[in-house]
Amino acid sequence: MLRYTLRRLLQTVPVLIGTTFLVFAMVFAIPGDPIRAMAGDRPMAEGTYLALRDRYNLDDPLLVQYGKYMGGLVRGDFGEDFNGREVADIMADRFPITIKLALVALAFEMLLGILAGVLAAVRRKSFMDSLVLVTTTAIVSVPTFVLGFTLQLAVGVKLGWFPIAGLTEGWRSYLLPGFVLGALSLAYVARLTRTSLVENLRADYVRTATAKGATRRRVVGIHALRNSLIPVVTFLGVDLGALMGGAIVTEGIFNIPGIGQQVFLSVRAQEGPVVVGIVTALVLVFVLANLAVDLLYGLLDPRIRYE
Amino acid sequence: MSEAKKFRAGSEGIGARGGEERVDAAAGGEAVELSGRRAGLWADAWRELRHDPLFLVAGFVVLVFVAMAAFPGLFSSVDPRACDLSRSLAPPGGGHPFGYDLLGCDYYARVVHGARVSIAIGVLATGSTVVIAVVLGSLAGYFRGPVDTVISRLTDVVFGLPFILGAIVLLSVVGTRGVLEVGLVLVALGWTTMTRLMRSSVLSVVNADHVSAAKALGASDARILATHVLPNAVAPVMVYATIYVGIVIAVEATLSFLGVGLQLPAISWGLMISDAQYRISEAPHLLLFPGLFLSLTVLSFILMGDALRDALDPKLR
Repeated sequence: MLRYTLRRLLQTVPVLIGTTFLVFAMVFAIPGDPIRAMAGDRPMAEGTYLALRDRYNLDDPLLVQYGKYMGGLVRGDFGEDFNGREVADIMADRFPITIKLALVALAFEMLLGILAGVLAAVRRKSFMDSLVLVTTTAIVSVPTFVLGFTLQLAVGVKLGWFPIAGLTEGWRSYLLPGFVLGALSLAYVARLTRTSLVENLRADYVRTATAKGATRRRVVGIHALRNSLIPVVTFLGVDLGALMGGAIVTEGIFNIPGIGQQVFLSVRAQEGPVVVGIVTALVLVFVLANLAVDLLYGLLDPRIRYE
Repeated sequence: MSEAKKFRAGSEGIGARGGEERVDAAAGGEAVELSGRRAGLWADAWRELRHDPLFLVAGFVVLVFVAMAAFPGLFSSVDPRACDLSRSLAPPGGGHPFGYDLLGCDYYARVVHGARVSIAIGVLATGSTVVIAVVLGSLAGYFRGPVDTVISRLTDVVFGLPFILGAIVLLSVVGTRGVLEVGLVLVALGWTTMTRLMRSSVLSVVNADHVSAAKALGASDARILATHVLPNAVAPVMVYATIYVGIVIAVEATLSFLGVGLQLPAISWGLMISDAQYRISEAPHLLLFPGLFLSLTVLSFILMGDALRDALDPKLR
């Protein structure tokens, strides 16, 4: 187990280096001069200009810039944006908000998704089953930003049930954006739960449990569901990483000052260090979530052994 | 007589070059003639699909949208760029079922003309992605060793990039963004999933007996790949590709909406929804109609993919 964990961690190192380099090269290629852009219309003293370019290593070739950046990163230094603010501080401000949003989305996926999947599976080919299939297909085909606007208009503006934008109303402000962010995965979770549970309800051990007189509730809830949730847990773990990256659209619609909004603004302002820092952090979350899921797999299904 | 023969030869030549037909003919290498009807994987699937109402409906909707993309004049004779400011934001009404946008253009005409870029990007990007994925995936799965290592690690690196985020960074580099630029970026970031799918599919076929037999008979690698491995390995990629057209269309609209996709004066559903966002309470029709068309297109491709997957799965028969 320990050896497996270490090997997986080592395997992620080249992937991480490759991905960060890719992002770095992409940001490097953005035309225009960020220092001139920072000054706007006002003239900037040539000395200041050159000093700033030197301070942010902008005159070095790509590989040298990348090397200096990675050198700092290894020491835990994410660098600073062009206003001298630590990227680590920016991320510390923004990340908790996006994490909260992603957790709300995950909660919706778990509660509604698994519930819908179970209801559809226990009464196969019933009205409930068809309803779940039709609803999930519909949700999957409506792009997130269309769904976001439609819900913002319907339950925010017209009905007034939820705050429309911003974070002014505490946890209530997270509900609608969290639902929109998690909607697509919610549909997948429902389908995955249904398929997996339908398969397990046919298994021998379920027949045994029924034969020995266990109630239907106990057979489904304790025996079948626990085994059916293994693929669902895998999906949810991988999804946590994807949700944080996908928050860019949701945060834009609902004007939530999270990591997605920050990265969008930073790309626009050519703040390379901020973009690279945030993407690196996101890739790390993604990779670690995958690893955690793989390890959790062994706990959930004792038949799986790690070499 | 000789002319009829020539015609036959000619039509076969065309068939061999066309995508679907080509796969069918190749898979037919192992197909059996049973009482006059062909029984290969694709022939069976097609027989199944012809009687699947969901597939027929979805296919019909896709055809309507493709026709809309190719010949928008069939659906609306109004010029989408002929605008009259006095009609700005007028709601739907007689003769103009979708109302007018902010500049007073006929919204129905604009929504119809918006189909073109969506379908074009969806089909072009998916087509290129399939070609890349089939080539890289079969090389990695067939030759294994260093080839596999290089391709797989490259796939891991690109896969690690968040899709939308990567597209935003790449597209903000590009000054003028048209169908070609947006399509290229989607291909550059999106080939990984399909390549992995193709690789694992090839891996599962390579050890089959008929492939070993071909090797023992001394067939070349190219021949084995083309006639024995590929026809049996492309099915999962074809299913995913059908769904992927829908995904690409949704991503293009998202990028245009975020302001890094297509640019005005292009007519695109994503741009229309982006314009609608500041006026959703006074003119909800601006959001509703392009949103509906966009979702319907995505839905049709997803349903077609679902039906294709079911038809190709012998376990479900």
